[in-house]
Order: sequence, then C-alpha cells, then structure tokens
Amino acid sequence: MKATIATTSLAGCFGCHMSILDIDERLLDLLDIVEFDKSPITDIKKFTRQIDIGLIEGGCCNSENIIVLKDFRKHCKILIAVGECAIMGGVPSMRNGIELDECINEAYISGPTVKLNTEKIIPNDPELPALLPRVYSCNEIVKIDYFLPGCPPRPDLIWEAITSLLEGRQIDPSYESLKFD
Amino acid sequence: MQKNISLSINGNKISTTKSKTIVEAAEDNGIYIPTLCFLKGKLDHSNCRICTVKVDGYHKPACSTLVADNMDVITNSDELEELRKYIIELLFSTGNHICAVCQKSGDCELQALAYKYKLLFSRFEHLYPNKGIDTTSSDKIIMDKSRCILCQRCIQAIKDKDGNPFFVLQGRSNALEVVFDKEMNDIFTQEDAIEAVKQCPVGCILSKESAAFETPIGRRQFDKTEIGNKEV
Repeated sequence: MKATIATTSLAGCFGCHMSILDIDERLLDLLDIVEFDKSPITDIKKFTRQIDIGLIEGGCCNSENIIVLKDFRKHCKILIAVGECAIMGGVPSMRNGIELDECINEAYISGPTVKLNTEKIIPNDPELPALLPRVYSCNEIVKIDYFLPGCPPRPDLIWEAITSLLEGRQIDPSYESLKFD
Repeated sequence: MQKNISLSINGNKISTTKSKTIVEAAEDNGIYIPTLCFLKGKLDHSNCRICTVKVDGYHKPACSTLVADNMDVITNSDELEELRKYIIELLFSTGNHICAVCQKSGDCELQALAYKYKLLFSRFEHLYPNKGIDTTSSDKIIMDKSRCILCQRCIQAIKDKDGNPFFVLQGRSNALEVVFDKEMNDIFTQEDAIEAVKQCPVGCILSKESAAFETPIGRRQFDKTEIGNKEV
C-alpha cells in the first residue's frame, strides 16, 4: 500500500510547495510510492483517511491557521514543519515586535501606498479569520516531529526527508541542502 | 619565534609561544575552533562562549584562555557540539535572524555555524525583539539592532587614530545594546564603514553604499564551504 502525504500552506507564500514541485523528475518516483491526500497540489479539501506524513508550510497568523494545524496533527502520524515560517515564523513574524493595531492601520489606513481606501475601512467581514496578536511558529501550537529549514527548503532536503522517513532511516541532510535562505 | 610551551590539543602535542590564546595556538596548527566574538590580537571578553573547549577537564573559553605548559585541550566532542548548538539556538531565538531578508545571508558567521552544526530549529522560545533600526546616526552605515548578538567586535576593531571606538555599549541588562557614536560621524571614513560591515559576524551593521544581495546564491562565502574552511 502506498504511503499517504498531506500538505498545507498556513501563513506562508507557497514557496515551499514550489520547492516540493522542484524535486523535478523525482516527482514521478515519489508518486510510485506515495499518494497525495488533502493538499493544494491535489485540491482535496478534506482528509479522507489517516495520513502518514503531513507537511506544514507557514506559521500561524490567524485563527484559521490554528484550526487547520490542529486538524493536521490529529490526522497525521508524522508532522513536518517545512520552511522558516513554519519553524520560527519567518518573514510574517517580522510584525511580531509591532502592535497588531499599528500593523493594520499601516496596511489599510495610513500606509504610503494606501490610495483607494477613501472610506478608511479595515476589512471586517465575519467570514475573515481573526488575525492573532503575533505570528506563532507551528511547534508553539502542536507537537512537530521534524523540521526542514530553508526559505524555501532546498528540493534535495525535502526529497531526502521524505525518502528517509519512508525507508525508515535517519534524515542526513548534505551541507549544500541545508540552507536558511 | 621562540616556542616555549608544549600542550596537547585533541591528543596531538603542539608547541607554541606563551602569550597566545588557545584559539590562536590551535589555528597556527591547523585546528579550527569556532568563534564569533573573537578578534585576533585582542584578549577577548568571551561574550559568546561558542569557543568553549575542555581544558584539563574544565569548560573554558578558548578565545581568552592563554596556553600553559602541559595543558590538555579537547576542542571537539559530542558534549561540546551540543553545548555550541545550544548557544547558537539561544542567539537565533533572542534576535530577529530571518535569513531570507538579510543581506548578510550566505556570508553570516552565525548562520555558517548553524550550518556547521546542522541546526534545524531552536529549542528556545523566539523573543522577536523590536530594538529598532538606526539609519540616522551615521551617513555610511545602518544598524539593525534586533540582529546584534553583542559580540562587541565592532567596538574593539573600529577605532579612530587616537584609539577611541566608533561603536559603544549603551544601557544595561536586557536593554544593553551596541550603538554608533554619532558625534564621531564626521571622522568615520568609508574604509571604517567597510571594516565595520566586515567585522560584524551577523547582519546588524550594513553599508549604505554597497548594493544588497549582489552575490548570487551559490557563490557566497558559506554556500559551499563550511566555516573553518573545510571543503564539502
């Protein structure tokens, strides 16, 4: 039976997903041994079974991110934080030293590039998830089993991690595949 | 040079002169000990402790411990690697080290040490400090203070012709920070600025003149070469 993989992007830029696709022709080898379940790659919206490996891109910046992350923890045997945002907040966490009100005002009211918001409306639709006071890394919310640093992680590192886990050996990243940028 | 001290580093007997630190003696004999705050020729403050080695069974900073006769030094062991990893994790979690947006990335010594010790994440809570960015004190450099690791290399290395430092410490305890003495801006030359950027082991001191992200990924200092000049 094929192993199952689920992926998601929380407060990320989808760069880590691009890096997953960047394993290039090895994708065909990967598809021989794994099946993608809930993931932006398959566009499956809900979990259909228990998952072997969950890949999380991005940290938690809003209430929905936390719900999705907890759902992944519930359904995945192994959860991997992929990329700097999932590991320590990354670029979105640059707002962490600044008050949330100040950030929102800068983005929608007083920022130098805000020209069209003449009525000075801050998005307030109840469907929109609430922004958290700061961006949290994934391991602050749930238990994370493995971490793959990089912005994005190098395709070789992702490949090494997935194949090692499926073959039951220890992940041993090469010097060139372990980079933080 | 008179060699009047004999000591053992990792079981190898070496000879060196009396006034040298363990880091210098090791370097002379091709043994790499990781350092961040160490500045050659100066007896260091031992601020970062990344150079911790075992001397006759005790942990000591190799950058400020002078060699002595019959000293037994161990520079590498699982215990020391774990200790160094802890220090790197602490430095990463107490500052804003977001490598993707830092122009020092690839040439950063803190990052290079993290690569060397295969740091995957920090076991400490990230503090996300907001110490501000100083763009006004000098017309040649900017300082992102949230990245400063207080190594004080800039204070020791960059001085005017009378020996007064351009960078000074300000505040105490958690508020301690390195600042540029703006009253000395007039005599702060472009060469001083270049040297300050070079001395900063992280991305705190940056030049206003040089363009950022000039060197492509793959050709930067630590992209392919591990710190300590070990080819990988």
